[in-house]
Amino acid sequence: MCLRCRRRAGIAILLALVACKREERAFHGLPPANSLSKPPVREIDLIPGTPHRPDSVPNPYEGNAYAVSQGKTLYNAWNCSGCHFQGGGGIGPPLMDADWIYGSRPENVFESIAEGRPNGMPSFGGKIVPDQIWQIAAYVRSMSGLLRKDVAPGRDDAMQVRPQEQSTTKAKPVQSAIPKSAELP
Amino acid sequence: MPARNFASTRYSGLNEITAANIAQLRLAWTFSTGVTRGHEAAPLVVGNTMYVVTPFPNLLYALDLTQPGAPLKWTYKPDPALASQGVACCDLVNRGAAYFDGKIYYNTLDAHTVAVDGKTGKEVWKTKVGDISKGESITMAPLVVKGKVLVGNSGGEFGVRGWLTALDAKSGKLAWRAYHTGPDKDVLIGTRFKPFYPQDRGKDLGVSTWPGDAWKIGGGGSWGWISYDPELDLIYYGTSNPGPWNPDVRPGDNKWTAGIFARDPSNGEAVWAYQWSPHDVFDHDGINEQILLDLPIKGQTRKVLVRPERNGYIYVLDRTTGEVLSADPYGYITTSKGVDLKTGRLIEVPEKATRTGKVVREVCPAAPGTKDWQPSSYSPRTGWLYIPHQNLCEDVEGVEANYIEGTPYVATIVKMYAGPGGNRGVLTAWDPIRRKAVWEIKEKFPVWSGTVVTAGDVVFYGTMEGWFKALDARSGAELWRFKTGSGIIGQPIVYRGPDKKEYVAVLSGVGGWAGAVVAGGLDIRDSSAALGFVNAMKDLPQATTKGGMLYVFALP
Repeated sequence: MCLRCRRRAGIAILLALVACKREERAFHGLPPANSLSKPPVREIDLIPGTPHRPDSVPNPYEGNAYAVSQGKTLYNAWNCSGCHFQGGGGIGPPLMDADWIYGSRPENVFESIAEGRPNGMPSFGGKIVPDQIWQIAAYVRSMSGLLRKDVAPGRDDAMQVRPQEQSTTKAKPVQSAIPKSAELP
Repeated sequence: MPARNFASTRYSGLNEITAANIAQLRLAWTFSTGVTRGHEAAPLVVGNTMYVVTPFPNLLYALDLTQPGAPLKWTYKPDPALASQGVACCDLVNRGAAYFDGKIYYNTLDAHTVAVDGKTGKEVWKTKVGDISKGESITMAPLVVKGKVLVGNSGGEFGVRGWLTALDAKSGKLAWRAYHTGPDKDVLIGTRFKPFYPQDRGKDLGVSTWPGDAWKIGGGGSWGWISYDPELDLIYYGTSNPGPWNPDVRPGDNKWTAGIFARDPSNGEAVWAYQWSPHDVFDHDGINEQILLDLPIKGQTRKVLVRPERNGYIYVLDRTTGEVLSADPYGYITTSKGVDLKTGRLIEVPEKATRTGKVVREVCPAAPGTKDWQPSSYSPRTGWLYIPHQNLCEDVEGVEANYIEGTPYVATIVKMYAGPGGNRGVLTAWDPIRRKAVWEIKEKFPVWSGTVVTAGDVVFYGTMEGWFKALDARSGAELWRFKTGSGIIGQPIVYRGPDKKEYVAVLSGVGGWAGAVVAGGLDIRDSSAALGFVNAMKDLPQATTKGGMLYVFALP
């Protein structure tokens, strides 16, 4: 086999391998909880008494591009975009950066949406069904690159105003000391 | 009052500081507010005390001007609801307080009006005037006229129903409320109502110019400035944009949004009204300041109000009738082709209108308009206005509008950028008689501070980088500058201290809609952040940091 042919074959095999690594769709995955405040939500790791690190509650929707895409649609439909815009923030804090005021884990994000937060985040629990809150939570985490690239959305339905979620560099979550909006004297 | 007088001229008769000695102007004292959001307020000097209102949490500080360094006398804390931060469209600002009969009056972000004893700092009364769960907040400075505290709501981005309310200054009880949408009885339109133009006459236009019940969530708040003519006994103030910004869901003129009212302050009765931007499609609120002047026009002295409007025109209106005498552009405009002086109507450019699912480009002026809330000043010595404003255009697209009470009702994606020339800010000296600009100063960032002008022919204003500047009122030449700690978006004032010296004071502390990128720590990768303003301010975080501080200057 000529060198060029061999190289071509190599590229072909490589492409085939890459193509095989596709999104695994969890068709039957259900969200972790159908009731609102069930997941063991903790915003901090410091817990008195016996040492115990709370386990993160996985959000199966985070591996499902369709669900994340639904989350994006719902994010706009429920006016999340009205305050957080397409991740850059405005009335509410940015969602595409590394700073997380109330925790970055899926259940923290679920809780923020469902229960609201004291500095202006409304409570959407009882308005949006839990399944859909989990979809929005999955999308919110995709905004700072925390989801796999093959799951995160790749285009907008309206004017493109930010780098696509799937090409957003993963921002390693940082606990923000205090809400930027709540620095009271 | 922040505007110094009922005519809102922001002109100080003090003339100690002039071009000849201003080089010696130096810092006299400072005061840290401890608050880091945008400081848009004017300090208020009454007797020997200076009062400073901060952005949320809306603290009121009283400073003793008789002592060296003006020590703190007391602090009043209204403790506004934390949740009100979620219904403030454009940073958590407050535009200042008013003084009347021994009391300081101001509004809190969570839609309360408070009266505080000017001597003791004790709360006299506190009245809830709006409901944050409906998206109502208050950022404006009240005006006290004939024993009534006039207050208007914010929330044009939250589908509120706009109003102006008068509270009894003694008791805080509601005297009257005039809505800006809905039936005539709610708008306080009665037999005295004589608008100049035919399109503003008719029954219940605040209902019939909207589809269905859309007027109930149609915006039209009044978060800007009120002026008062004691001779005609009329107050003048504007109404905000209709909601949502996306106009496709609200065909019609959407009365009485993006307009102006003349009312009797004693009972709120409307005397005339006019719409700057009927069926506004750009968020061109009509809440800017109106400066009341008596100007010679075509050989006659007319009682006019001069309004540098958000839609790009400086209007001169006859303030007795509401007739538009002239409307001249003071910035770059692609959204309209002027104002038809026969009909009073803005001549729109239909292809520039915001539409659902269509990206419209080169929309100028952008949503904040040629000028936003930042108030101009007027010098009777030069006869000119000193107008702080911006030069911004935008790309805009309407999206699906969903009304959910207490959440934004905008349904528009905006991406702003600098207008022609690249300078985002301008300070224009404007001759209202010759109807043209005399000189202009270009600034890199929007000039989001107010201006003040003195009998010493000096104009003061601040920049978003933090420079506090003094200009020659006649030539526009820069005379002096001082770098404050944060960007300036406040309203400078000039006052005479207890020692009879002339002082200049300004709050530094970047924020507001234009400075939200810094005050709110926003992410510049999202061009649509902060209603699209972030795209035009991506370099502001390199130019300034947040932090509220009062600076006071005097000659040695």
